[in-house]
Amino acid sequence: MYNPSHHLKQQNYISGLLRMLVWVAAGLTLSALALLVGYILFKGIPHLTPGLFARKYTTENVSLLPALVNTVYMIALSLLFAVPVGVGAAIYLTEYARRGNKLTAVVGITAETLSGIPSIVYGLFGSIFFVKFLHLGLSLISGALTLSIMILPVIMRTTQEALSSVPDSYREGSFGLGAGKLRTVFRVVLPSAVPGILAGVILSIGRVVGESAALIFTAGTVPEIATGLSDSARTLSVHMYNISSNGLYLDQTYATAVVLLLVVIVVSGLSELVAKKLTR
Amino acid sequence: MKNPKETIMRLLFLLTACVSIIAVILICLFLFAGGLPALGKIGVINFLTGLQWRPGNDVYGILPMIVGSLYVTAGALVVGVPIGIFTAVFMARFCPKWLYRLLRPAVNLMAGVPSVVFGFFGLVVLVPLIRNSFGGRGMSVLAASILLGLMILPTIISVSETSLRAVPESYYEGALALGATHERSVFRVILPAAKRGVFSGVVLGVGRAVGETMAVMMIAGNQPVIPGSLLDGVRTLTTNIVLEMGYAEGLHRQALIATAVVLFVFVLIINLSFSLLKRRGQ
Repeated sequence: MYNPSHHLKQQNYISGLLRMLVWVAAGLTLSALALLVGYILFKGIPHLTPGLFARKYTTENVSLLPALVNTVYMIALSLLFAVPVGVGAAIYLTEYARRGNKLTAVVGITAETLSGIPSIVYGLFGSIFFVKFLHLGLSLISGALTLSIMILPVIMRTTQEALSSVPDSYREGSFGLGAGKLRTVFRVVLPSAVPGILAGVILSIGRVVGESAALIFTAGTVPEIATGLSDSARTLSVHMYNISSNGLYLDQTYATAVVLLLVVIVVSGLSELVAKKLTR
Repeated sequence: MKNPKETIMRLLFLLTACVSIIAVILICLFLFAGGLPALGKIGVINFLTGLQWRPGNDVYGILPMIVGSLYVTAGALVVGVPIGIFTAVFMARFCPKWLYRLLRPAVNLMAGVPSVVFGFFGLVVLVPLIRNSFGGRGMSVLAASILLGLMILPTIISVSETSLRAVPESYYEGALALGATHERSVFRVILPAAKRGVFSGVVLGVGRAVGETMAVMMIAGNQPVIPGSLLDGVRTLTTNIVLEMGYAEGLHRQALIATAVVLFVFVLIINLSFSLLKRRGQ
């Protein structure tokens, strides 16, 4: 016999179980991150010695400053290549290409392909193409070119989204006032899309900071501040990998991880900020 | 009459749009050109199904690495998919506002943590934990699976949450009106409606797990043998490349590039299924 009260009781039981499960899952996610950040800060902060920020790297001080400076160079250089190309491509796709254009579809597919390629494959390609084939050697420029291909789809996608969310009335108004296409793009459409583009740039900075596999065989591992584009230079992530695989510098590795995490937290905070501006 | 500046800029924009196409072509061209000679010399079948990887004797079989990649990816899914989907459901439908303000940035931050930091954390926390509680060396399929599971969490959570939020509110209200509880409405109506989006999040996670290199290398032990248990060491396709590329010469180097070709084809298949899912969703 069907007993409705029994059925209801079972329903309540299942509902309670599901509610518990979602809370547990969210708790696990949050505590995994808290454990990772907390553990590294706890173990690393006591070892943040002045020697780690010395201008010159030696095997005694294991200074991370050169790697930090190189990271800034790497960010600037790869953005220098990727932003104009990515933004230009997005402008073409949203402002110039006709709807249903073949090229748009192909560019979309290739951008998707690029964003799925693992970083080690980028590293290998960079070492075959930029380092060997173009004779750029293990250098800042080889690394930056490799990374700029890697971040290109991110910048293209965010810029495209930003451009297409600019209302058509802006463009029509600009045309109506007698402005040409180019003027409309640069004076009207692009300025209103800046926050969206910025979001893509910040995401890309995060990827460059965190990258290691694509850089080891392209930018190399020299622990000194690069003085030219053709100098080999290790970034902070590569530096951390190098000293952790060495095994002698456990304390310094913790401390380096702290600095790396702080950089990532700042970048992530910036991106929250921009996202908030965007949704407003 | 057209302004020449307009025409030049138009062409320039067109050129930049073509850069990503050129990049994909170059990557394919140089990877295949670098790896195919090795496949010719070793033989495709020998290369793909060989159980031995001994560069010293010019014996190159990558079956252990293919299996290794599959194992750790499957392990990562076992860890990451349930936690990821349940967390996404929590964030979309159960989360109090104050907690959401903490959880959302936390997930974003987690997506940005560099793989070397994840790897190092695995090395100093996860590996000793596994060694002390289950024995063995600790560097194992299990360690790699758990760590990769955590690393793909943000991907799965973000994509799933977005698609859960895209389900029309009327679905939920309809279920409530029929007498379903909040939980039942969410799990029996909203989750199935967002199925495709959730699944594409999982596929993206698979791509990330297959492609992850540094973190896996630091904690997986890297023996080029098919692991017999969860506690054995494992080498994946990605780590095979990064471990030996630094000093490889001649056929060995080509075999490593061929490994990347295999990896590339894997990832292309994953990407393709992802975009198919997305297309059909529209």
